[in-house]
Amino acid sequence: MQMLEDKDRIFTNLYGQHDWGIKGAQKRGIWDNTKGLVALGREEIVNRMKDSGLRGRGGAGFPAGIKWSFMPKEDPSRPSYLVVNADESEPGSCKDREIMRNDPHRLIEGCLIAGFAMGAHTAYIYIRGEYYLESTRLEAAVEEARAAGLLGKDACGSGWAFDVHVHRGAGAYICGEETALLESLEGKKGQPRLKPPFPAACGLYGCPTTVTNVETVAVSPTILRRGADWWKQFGRENNTGTKIFSISGHVNRPCNVEEAMSIPLRELIEKHAGGVRGGWDNLLAVIPGGSSVPMLPKHVCDTMTMDFDALREAGSGLGTAAVIVMDKSTDVIEAICRLSHFYQHESCGQCTPCREGTGWMFRLMQRMVRGEADVDEIDMLWDVTKQVEGHTICALGDAAAWPIQGLIRNFRPEMEKRIEAYKQARRAAE
Amino acid sequence: MPKLTIDGKEIEVANGLTVLQACELAGAEIPRFCYHERLSVAGNCRMCLVEMERAPKPIASCAMPVGEGMVIKTDTDLVKKARKGVMEFLLINHPLDCPICDQGGECDLQDQAMAFGLDHGRYKENKRAVKEKYMGPLIKTIMTRCIQCTRCVRFSTEVAGIEEVGLLHRGEKVEITTLEKAVNSELSGNLVDVCPVGALTSKPYAFNARPWELKKVNSIDVMDAVGSNIRIDVRGREVLRVLPRIHEDVNEEWITDKTRYITDGLKRQRLDRPYVRVDGKLRAASWDEAFAMIKDKLAGLKGSEISAVAGDLCDAESMLALKDLMANLGSENIDCRQDGAKLDASSRADYLFNSSIAGIEEADAVLLVGSNPRWEAALINTRLRKRFLTGALKVGVIGEAVDLTYDYDYLGAGPDTLKDVAEGKNAFAKVLEGAKKPMIILGMGALARKDGAAVFALAKKISKKFDLVHEGWNGFNVLHTAASRVAALDLGFVPGKKGLDVEATLAAAEKGKIKAVYLLGADELDVAKLKDTFVVYQGHHGDKGASVADVILPGAAYTEKNGTYVNTEGRVQLGRLAAFPPGEAREDWTIIRALSEQLGEALPYDNLGQLRQRLIEVNPVFAAVDQIGQSDWNDTASDKEEIGSDPFVLAIENFYMTDPISRSSETMSACTEQFVLGKEQGATGTNG
Repeated sequence: MQMLEDKDRIFTNLYGQHDWGIKGAQKRGIWDNTKGLVALGREEIVNRMKDSGLRGRGGAGFPAGIKWSFMPKEDPSRPSYLVVNADESEPGSCKDREIMRNDPHRLIEGCLIAGFAMGAHTAYIYIRGEYYLESTRLEAAVEEARAAGLLGKDACGSGWAFDVHVHRGAGAYICGEETALLESLEGKKGQPRLKPPFPAACGLYGCPTTVTNVETVAVSPTILRRGADWWKQFGRENNTGTKIFSISGHVNRPCNVEEAMSIPLRELIEKHAGGVRGGWDNLLAVIPGGSSVPMLPKHVCDTMTMDFDALREAGSGLGTAAVIVMDKSTDVIEAICRLSHFYQHESCGQCTPCREGTGWMFRLMQRMVRGEADVDEIDMLWDVTKQVEGHTICALGDAAAWPIQGLIRNFRPEMEKRIEAYKQARRAAE
Repeated sequence: MPKLTIDGKEIEVANGLTVLQACELAGAEIPRFCYHERLSVAGNCRMCLVEMERAPKPIASCAMPVGEGMVIKTDTDLVKKARKGVMEFLLINHPLDCPICDQGGECDLQDQAMAFGLDHGRYKENKRAVKEKYMGPLIKTIMTRCIQCTRCVRFSTEVAGIEEVGLLHRGEKVEITTLEKAVNSELSGNLVDVCPVGALTSKPYAFNARPWELKKVNSIDVMDAVGSNIRIDVRGREVLRVLPRIHEDVNEEWITDKTRYITDGLKRQRLDRPYVRVDGKLRAASWDEAFAMIKDKLAGLKGSEISAVAGDLCDAESMLALKDLMANLGSENIDCRQDGAKLDASSRADYLFNSSIAGIEEADAVLLVGSNPRWEAALINTRLRKRFLTGALKVGVIGEAVDLTYDYDYLGAGPDTLKDVAEGKNAFAKVLEGAKKPMIILGMGALARKDGAAVFALAKKISKKFDLVHEGWNGFNVLHTAASRVAALDLGFVPGKKGLDVEATLAAAEKGKIKAVYLLGADELDVAKLKDTFVVYQGHHGDKGASVADVILPGAAYTEKNGTYVNTEGRVQLGRLAAFPPGEAREDWTIIRALSEQLGEALPYDNLGQLRQRLIEVNPVFAAVDQIGQSDWNDTASDKEEIGSDPFVLAIENFYMTDPISRSSETMSACTEQFVLGKEQGATGTNG
């Protein structure tokens, strides 16, 4: 497979070599005839998005065009809102950060297009509190856009009134869940809402709302400009387009890189991240889509294709495409235990299985790290993850359960060995 | 009307129900903790998970609205496993202290653990412990038992209208707290009821009894004129607690703190035997002695020299017996309006809460005059708040500006403002004019004053002008504070043509023109004026009335007799005997019946049945229990009275102490200190 050529990259300032401000942005083609894109009309924009097959870049991979089409056509009684989820908190994931830091105008232009396609006059960008630099750049970019008439009563001369507001979160992972994000945006405690009703019917302040990821919004103007066919030439069917991968862990050059979807995992790591530390054969496992998806052992990684469907078939997921690479020096049990600690700490505490289950799983994992457990308890741990999975209000419960399931599925012998070693050490001590 | 299939059974249910409600209708029991019919849906306990066809995961049935063609299964392995899992999670951090937990025996968690739990624990890590919280004199907390269902948070913010209870922190560390403040609401006791576990329990009732030891008697509350339906739990002769019973049209399923926590007042200051005053001092006596003394003192008195006053907690039966006795003695000096409320007993609609309590939920504008319903009838205030929260109710207040737990337009303090409204000069007149179902609520603060009759006439003028009464709607409402008042007015326990009312009786007694006064549980009058009069006090507590009595006849409190009460909306309800009166005390009507025989004026009823026949004879409304009964409206209003300009003064100064029972209650005095006198007793760590 051929590497994605530079001419087909959307994020041409991903590494920040160029000016992030409005002048640089315009040089890169942002804000070029945005008026003309708006002139396509709501229906046409949504149709083209549907046609492109763009799937949401936030993790769930829901088709973006279809999501946009859920917004009510005309509702004079209530305004519609676009909310951009920039609360990028998934461990391993840092793609939205680069977009907002180095190419904020791409996001803002995307807001106008997506907002217009949803009938929204207002967009809120809910940005993770820790992204301080990014929030100041975004705010500055919004000011630039307003000053240039690209936002405002007559955005880009399109006749559509549109404004963007940047709201900083306070650092809770759960506020990346779309309904918890809305609660937080409304000034309440960030706890996920019950669904139904879904945000498209009853979202921010009870009004129709679409919450969507930064990357999804940012790529949409380019898709409209270059056409669905251009977009569809990358990736497999149903997994089209380009995608920013965040590669971290035991690789020689950790990086963010925009690549075509469906790129083989090995190629991705070797071409862009300088390969696994100590060579491909030193690979132990990869978490392919951010901390919440189950890990893949090396023999699966050998032939893995990086897209939504292939990873799902392999029992994992593309998630945010945050590839966490672990070589053979990794204590894989401790690595997963660290993730369990994260989920225990970030559970909002609203619903029972997650509130109680994350703590239980974390404590069991702590014992597993030491080997201070019975082999039976591995089955019990599995059982507990199954009791959490699918029983919670939001997906945090699933996210807490999956890494452990991935561990047990792929490294159970390792866990048993640890338990045996602990027992032997105890016996020796006695 | 969507059709669903529940466990293979087809059922058609009303639109807008949740799957959980539909399952209940189909006869499938769904366990739950956080779900409560009268609170918003939280969906956080996850106990009510059921399987829905075509859904990838089990769904929370409490939060899922019914839809056409849904196929629900509640008894599959998947559902059972989900419930078991949730149950296990709830229990891992729940202490195993059921043997010392007051909720034991009536604990949702205990019951459901029996039905849905595992038979052993798998959790070997350390359990979580949560620090105790201070929530005031009524609520005891053992927060380690809390399962974070947030029912208490939702009850206080939604129903009680206070935002003092909340959930802090996140994840495993979440805690329910009031930040060490007492829960300042007259409905706080309901938090104990809504809590499904033993985290919030009743402080005064702590470690007193187990539910299976208690005899449960359905009765009616007399702490205000709402007539809340209650269940009295007794062990032996002791009333241990009072709980609400569901009555959708009256109290829904709430009761006030006074209703609930009054029970210790029933044990203190009781009159348990007759007393007579000899040489200025009361001494214990036998019934015969007491009756003989009354006979002796009444001998030779003319009827016009004797007066009788009925108190605020009396049952209809005893008041009728007393009225009949007074008639036999030739006296027309009878009155039930201790507070001097200018209420006329001749037309029933003139003294009722005509719209009915449930009717509040249809009203779209209400003018409160001289009333603080939050203290005078907390459950009516709850209804007003419920209606207000729908956004359909506009409220105007004339009188004292108090916190009603909802927003209102404050119009003014006294009758002048009322006049402005009547003349259309006040902005609120527009609201009344535009409303389809407007109402006025006249409190005792507006009627129990010199110009009460004029205020009343003005209110009637307003009701005519703004069409408060029309086909299918009567928005003219009198809000009583005394439980006995409406029954007394129904029975005509008011002065006859030449009779004296309470005020006139007191004045005449001071001048020596009234020589004997019979106080039937009457304590809320200026007893100092009765110093030199022969006073018979019949009642259950040694309160103000008993202090000036020459003969004390020990009667029964409301928990100790079968009696009929009529609430402020005119609903006839039956209170039942839960425990026998202490010592030699007797049910009140039997005392009057016995006395009548001694006086040679024997009343013609020998048992409660015959007396109730007589009740119906006097006023047919008593025939239909739990009905409001007929009341014809007339909109004539007299112009004769002169209206003053003094601002309205509220009838109740201290919600927690309004009658002999609550004044005797230690719990109520603790509440008074805490909430009325404002002595915060919380251990905040920085309070010195």
